[in-house]
Amino acid sequence: MSIIRSLTLLLIALVSLWSLPASAQDDDPGKALLANLAEAPASNVEEAINAIVSSGDPRARGWLEAYGNNRLSRIKDTGQVVVVLNNRGRDWEIANPLTGENMGDMSRRELDRVAINNAIRGQLEGILAMLDLNAADPHVREASAQDMMGKVDASLVEPLEARLELEENANVRNRIEEALAIYRVGEGDIEAVDVLAGSLHPRARAALNQAVRSDDPVLAKKAGQALGTIEQKLKLNRAAETLYFGLSLGSVLVLAAIGLAITFGVMGVINMAHGELIMLGAYTTWGMQQLLPGQPGLALILSIPAGFLVAATAGIIIERSVIQYLKGRPLETLLATFGISLILQQLVRTVISPQNRTVVTPDWMSGSLVINDALSLTLNRMYVLGFALVVFAALMLIMRKTRLGLEVRAVTQNRNMARSMGIRATRVDIMTFALGSGVAGLAGVALSQLTNVGPNLGQNYIIDSFMVVVFGGVGNLWGTLIAGLSLGTINQLLEPWAGAVLAKIIVLVFIILFIQKRPKGLFPQKGRAAEG
Amino acid sequence: MSMLEQLTHRDRVFDFLAPVASPVDVRHGPILYMEGVNVSFDGFKAINNLNLTVDDGELRCIIGPNGAGKTTMMDIITGKTRPDTGSVWFGSRHNLLTKSEPDIASLGIGRKFQKPTVFEALTVFENLELAMAADKRILPTLTAIMKPEYRDRINEVLETIGLQQLRDRLAGILSHGQKQWLEIGMLLMQKPRLLLVDEPVAGMTEQEMERTAELLTSLAGKQSVVVVEHDMGFVRSIARHVTVLHQGSVLAEGTMDQVSNDPEVIKVYLGEEA
Amino acid sequence: MAVSQNWLLRPFQERSTQIFLGVLFAALVVVTFLHLFMPQDSALHVSAYTVTLLGKYLCYALLAVAVDLVWGYLGILSLGHGAFFALGGYAMGMYLMRQIGDRGTYGDPILPDFMVFLNWGELPWYWLGFDMAWFAFIMVLLAPGILALVFGFLAFRSRVTGVYLSIITQALTFALMLAFFRNEMGFGGNNGLTDFRDILGFNLRTDATRLGLFIATGIALAIGYVICRAIVASKLGRVSIACRDAEARTRFLGYRVERVQLFVFVVSAMLAGVAGALYVPQVGIINPSEFSPLFSIEIVVWVALGGRATLYGAVIGAILVNYAKTVFTGVMPDAWLFMLGGLFVLVTVFLPKGIAGLLKKRQKQPQTQEATA
Repeated sequence: MSIIRSLTLLLIALVSLWSLPASAQDDDPGKALLANLAEAPASNVEEAINAIVSSGDPRARGWLEAYGNNRLSRIKDTGQVVVVLNNRGRDWEIANPLTGENMGDMSRRELDRVAINNAIRGQLEGILAMLDLNAADPHVREASAQDMMGKVDASLVEPLEARLELEENANVRNRIEEALAIYRVGEGDIEAVDVLAGSLHPRARAALNQAVRSDDPVLAKKAGQALGTIEQKLKLNRAAETLYFGLSLGSVLVLAAIGLAITFGVMGVINMAHGELIMLGAYTTWGMQQLLPGQPGLALILSIPAGFLVAATAGIIIERSVIQYLKGRPLETLLATFGISLILQQLVRTVISPQNRTVVTPDWMSGSLVINDALSLTLNRMYVLGFALVVFAALMLIMRKTRLGLEVRAVTQNRNMARSMGIRATRVDIMTFALGSGVAGLAGVALSQLTNVGPNLGQNYIIDSFMVVVFGGVGNLWGTLIAGLSLGTINQLLEPWAGAVLAKIIVLVFIILFIQKRPKGLFPQKGRAAEG
Repeated sequence: MSMLEQLTHRDRVFDFLAPVASPVDVRHGPILYMEGVNVSFDGFKAINNLNLTVDDGELRCIIGPNGAGKTTMMDIITGKTRPDTGSVWFGSRHNLLTKSEPDIASLGIGRKFQKPTVFEALTVFENLELAMAADKRILPTLTAIMKPEYRDRINEVLETIGLQQLRDRLAGILSHGQKQWLEIGMLLMQKPRLLLVDEPVAGMTEQEMERTAELLTSLAGKQSVVVVEHDMGFVRSIARHVTVLHQGSVLAEGTMDQVSNDPEVIKVYLGEEA
Repeated sequence: MAVSQNWLLRPFQERSTQIFLGVLFAALVVVTFLHLFMPQDSALHVSAYTVTLLGKYLCYALLAVAVDLVWGYLGILSLGHGAFFALGGYAMGMYLMRQIGDRGTYGDPILPDFMVFLNWGELPWYWLGFDMAWFAFIMVLLAPGILALVFGFLAFRSRVTGVYLSIITQALTFALMLAFFRNEMGFGGNNGLTDFRDILGFNLRTDATRLGLFIATGIALAIGYVICRAIVASKLGRVSIACRDAEARTRFLGYRVERVQLFVFVVSAMLAGVAGALYVPQVGIINPSEFSPLFSIEIVVWVALGGRATLYGAVIGAILVNYAKTVFTGVMPDAWLFMLGGLFVLVTVFLPKGIAGLLKKRQKQPQTQEATA
């Protein structure tokens, strides 16, 4: 009977009986276990490992891992077993395996490596996986079962089956069944093919691909069918992934463009420095994280209002100092604000740095949401997508339901009439411009989570943003949303066969042609007001 | 307009048969014929089943309260706005709905805008020069030269509109009334068969108004003139035939006296004025 | 006052054109003289480097004149004229590439170095014919001309004007830049075309060829200026102004606004192409950065500074800004973008008529000859 099997049976009995680590080192049963392992002659190593595993000690995994990696040593003088943290150079950094306490450097001559033979090493991986398979946390169990896929050999079948009997978590069960089925398909088991038919795991596909080439025609045929089903599912998942990336890119476009939809679309002011307002938002996030080191999450949340305020203030300064003097001269406004964009870029280069700055992604935003083996959605993109929708909804509310929104619409439709009704048009101009600029700042905060933060950040978005606004139909916030999301998706759909650059070119050319076909965009404003 | 629909109009020449630059044919009826025209902007019906005919050589005044669709009607005739349904014919040969603005202008329809639009960066003389009936294609325009007879014609019009003294001044410095006159002068230079004149006397003094009235009445007969005007006194002084527009369709038509006694008209429009 | 009946000769009777041509030719002669006959160590000697630098400025001046023609007189603010400039430049660059022959690093008699490097088997079809100077020189006009024709036809027919047009011209040059960065396009990708040897048999590295190119650029500028002036002084020029100021009115007078715009736009694009073609042999390289939106918008600020709708203002602006750029990028490179940015703001807010506007104000002469005569 193999060591693993006996081990596992023991372990299963011990699952819920984790012993608490002893407080005093001398009383620590681990000390004896390790000493036992270190001093055991080759024939007794299995037994020593067995003892460690059956002890149920939560530190067992770390010890065995160190052992497998040749990192377990004994101090020649005292006989104490230690973990080698760094085995480069002459002096090795060691730690106490019982407490984890760092013991500093020690000459490697004073250390004696705990020997391990290849037979044991080969089994160790399985042992470790089995250890995890018995962990209390179902996620650990699932991950360990997943690790086992394609690595199952004859010796593991029985313990796995035993584990399967006990396992209550459906996900873990599925994983174990798949891991077993991969092994069985390899052995020519036809029924196991059915288990794999729904699996998206690459190992399962590899096993089926092997089976297709098998001598057994029944097995080959069945495996072929299973592969077909898997291929179908994969296609769907890939489509879902493309859609997700498309929507994500689209949400970035919407965020970048929505502020412009206010300043350009609603007010008719061409602000070429819009991209730089986005950049300011991104740098605000960076600055906030510098102010609050070690708390990237808090800094990011504080950056939302801060980025809005910084960009809005910059917007007000631009409006008051330049744009107000160029009212009714859109081409001049375009040139002047372009000049401002150059100045802002250079300002960042001079004051901060021409190099990109890194903005830390907080833990709760990193990682991804795993839907299945073929599809996992990155969390940061999901947050940005949600953020874009929230910003859009908020803007919609402001424009539709608030006094400011009403006044903005009044002023843009008939300035003189609005003024004669007591609306202070200048104040409305400032507020609207500040709103649009502030939203650009919000876009910057969001973008800092997806791209590099550098002086050129804004430049990369300005043309895209204008395209989105014009494509959607100037003055129409819904149009901007739909245009942004659809352009992002189209771009992603094209990318697989055209490549990123060509996809972008195709989208640009498409918009150029589209605007010439329908100069007023997807959702044009109609009537007399639109003629002016 | 679809081909089938065209075939139902037996009295008209089909688009594809009409000579491209043929003169206006008024032997068989009116110079301007609008039937069943509808236009809506975002659900708002600016023109609602409008029927209107203007005879050759007629001077027609069109009145109506704000939003009655007067300017939109002119936009349709000159090709700026395309109606949703209906037909618009210039003479019996030219379907205006298939033609662009420059084509319509070249056929002989001139238009004066409600807000006087002249080329402010050009001199008065140059404004008239550009309006002059001539070959308006690119290369002929590039190589065009100022022949003496052209100059005479421009001077003639300058005299008619009383701007001889200002011929070399930029049009931008003219007063509102002078701009109105210059625009009328540009209309005259075009030698149109049909003039559409939108509020010609806005911003003019009494004397200027009188002269405008004189000018417009003198044009009628040789040319057809459609005047849209708010000023009732002015309308009364020139009008033989008045059409009242209301909510995008014709409310009443007839002489000024007939119209001003029409109870419907009094209710919607004249009632407030009188 | 008698005005010539021939539209092309009309500019020569204008005072401003006479002065402009006089100053330009005087400058050409003086530079040539100082370069050839002043001893090397004299303070008055103009080095070959300076001659080429001046030649570059003249190319920019011609480009600025082309932009002023559409912006000043037609009201079309093109933020993509750099694309026409670059296309002309690429057409010339392709000719110069083919002239290298087997003297390249890889010694291939037909394929340019970068194609050998990228393992291209044979010359792509669009490179054929560029070994012949006449063909290449025609393409210098046709490549930008056809792009302008197609783009303009679509845009003007749909009545895309104003800022919309500006934005899509910017998108156009941006898309072209991305495209030319791709190696697959066959235009040398990132590095562009360079390492030129000779033009029409003259070695590009000799001082005499450089001087010749400088003079040729001066003459091209003179011809381009006169063509623009002739268009502007014709009735078509007045129609252009009419289109600029009251498009709808012009249409109701019977002019096909979109055709006027298209004609002037294509002429302007071709002039920009010529400027690019003369620029490339003088600077010795053409790469996709000429397509960058920043360059295109910089051209506009030259025109704005000089004063638009004057043509000579464009020349003054182009030379001044580029001289300042040469000086300041050398002395304090960081400050240049501040200055350029500031220039955009100051000119548009405080000097809407540019330097030419200041000059005119001082002279205060009524400019009526051309119209009344």
